[in-house]
Amino acid sequence: MSAVARPAPSLALAEGDDWPVMRGAPNDAAITDMVLAPLWHTRRIWWILFAISALGTLLLLATVAYTVTVGIGTWGNNIPVAWAFAITSFVWWIGIGHAGTFISAFLLLLNQRWRGSINRVAEAMTIFALVNAALFPLLHLGRPWFFYWLIPYPATMNVWPNFKSALPWDVAAVTTYFTVSLLFWYLGLVPDLASARDSAPSRLRRRVYGLFAMGWRGSGFQWQRFNVAYVLLAALATPLVISVHSVVSLDFSIAQLPGWHSTIFPPYFVVGAIYSGLAMVLVLLLPLRRAFRLYDIVTEAHLNAIAKLMLAMGLMLAYSYVIETFMSWYSANAAERYTYLASRPFGPYAVVYWIMTGLNVLSPQLFWSRRLRTNGTALFLASIVILAGMWMERFVIIVTSLNRDFLTSSWHIYIPTWVDWGILAGSFGLFGMLFLLFLKFVPSVAMSEVKELRIEMRKTPEQEPLRA
Amino acid sequence: MRDRTWGAGAYMAEFASARELTEAVRAFSERGYTRLETYSPVPLASGIPRKRSRLPVAVFIVGLLGGLVSYWIQWYANAYAYPLDIGGRPAHAIPAFLIPTFEGTVLAASLAAFIGFFVIARLPQPWHPVFEIDGFERATIDRYWLAVDAADPHCAPDRIVRELSALAPLRLVHLEPE
Repeated sequence: MSAVARPAPSLALAEGDDWPVMRGAPNDAAITDMVLAPLWHTRRIWWILFAISALGTLLLLATVAYTVTVGIGTWGNNIPVAWAFAITSFVWWIGIGHAGTFISAFLLLLNQRWRGSINRVAEAMTIFALVNAALFPLLHLGRPWFFYWLIPYPATMNVWPNFKSALPWDVAAVTTYFTVSLLFWYLGLVPDLASARDSAPSRLRRRVYGLFAMGWRGSGFQWQRFNVAYVLLAALATPLVISVHSVVSLDFSIAQLPGWHSTIFPPYFVVGAIYSGLAMVLVLLLPLRRAFRLYDIVTEAHLNAIAKLMLAMGLMLAYSYVIETFMSWYSANAAERYTYLASRPFGPYAVVYWIMTGLNVLSPQLFWSRRLRTNGTALFLASIVILAGMWMERFVIIVTSLNRDFLTSSWHIYIPTWVDWGILAGSFGLFGMLFLLFLKFVPSVAMSEVKELRIEMRKTPEQEPLRA
Repeated sequence: MRDRTWGAGAYMAEFASARELTEAVRAFSERGYTRLETYSPVPLASGIPRKRSRLPVAVFIVGLLGGLVSYWIQWYANAYAYPLDIGGRPAHAIPAFLIPTFEGTVLAASLAAFIGFFVIARLPQPWHPVFEIDGFERATIDRYWLAVDAADPHCAPDRIVRELSALAPLRLVHLEPE
């Protein structure tokens, strides 16, 4: 029926992995009840977390309002450090977003069936991370109410964006990425919203979910067309995993600043992006698995797979650090050598540099151990550490390159203000609040995919022989 | 072929598992029924013959147009309407324009895939005759339905009912014609 022929799925991840991707094969109704329970019943812990993240969001609103009213002079950045906290956070949040598309689109095309029970969470994370990311460059404009000048439209001023600059590329890349992620997420949600409509306990909820489900009824015709559209969107989203952070990295690498001017930047940024994104997936998934008792559908197989991916990304990132530093020496350029071999390791931000290197390079090494790859606590702590390390990496790239460039007389130390810290902390609040709202109102696991997986598992003869 | 609206009514059988449904479809197809449809909470390889979706062609064409339009906007803005001479670099900068062109292609193609799906699947459609069946809600949760057009040229209604009953469905429902 499906227009795209899928090869027979392998339910084990690889030879030698003994964990099933689903445990106990819960029946369809049980899967639906388990996934939809948080929609119908709100637990107290949800309200507590929501209150905390709402406070964070208020902090964000207050600091943003202050910035917009007074101006970005409230931030610590000043020439030569024109970019600092805001762009660091922008790059970091965009990077977080990559894991969602990686898991939902890339792994779909690679027929990795384990993604089925975690892709929805990862996609939601992508969208909310992008909302946060977009906030920073908009504020950085100084006059964010003129943001539409970034869009090419026939204005009476007759001035157009300069497409030879990397910044309009960024606008194009990030808006495309956000739009495609949102479309992909919503399309995948339609059958599950119909399930929510059909098991809603009250008339109002049935109406609201019914509105968003658009009258989905699961006919064979609809499923066939759905699969075609879903695979098409996945195929279109997949190059974005590579392209978005590559374009972001061009903001830096097409400048001539030592520390930025490097051809390694696109792959280096993409690897770092997926790395931090997978860490964020674990930070969200592990507590979720525990709170909603999703142990049957989010098993050790998932944790093991993500941990392995993180190890691979961590090694590629470490390789990038080595090559980047080596190339600065090999270039025989005094300014390059100074940035990489003196300023970063021994300059004013040396502490951040060494912590970053330590966290990003050493912590994934834990995942050589099979036991630690499935240990929730170890994974959670390592992921927090990696997220912090990746934020510092962006800080080091941006600030240490800017604060000491060619002209010694212009050297300047950057120190963040309370507004910088407030916006960063507040953005976590907004992210948390959006994610909690998602958990409360949207089915957080792709139920139809999990049910499909279950049907495929039961086809294996040793579990349940086919009736003649 | 469009999704069926059962204007002439239908006979519908409810099953508890995907396997029973696919076996039922196979049995009915072998007997020569052509106007069949399934309703299920998961996509099924039910074996009902269907036309290939033309969505990929539409997506390809719209994507191509999106790329052309993106390139044209940049050429118009930077090379034709208001060329800026910065350090003698060419106003028509092909390599630089390719990045937004790529983004425009992906954006247009994705919008085409998304909107195209809803157009082809005739959604949103808040009401459909099958929603009138009591308990049909479970078709998106854990029930698998087979629907046979009451006007199937293959045979008479009483035979459809007899042959559906022989499959031992949980329930057999007659959907009245509109």
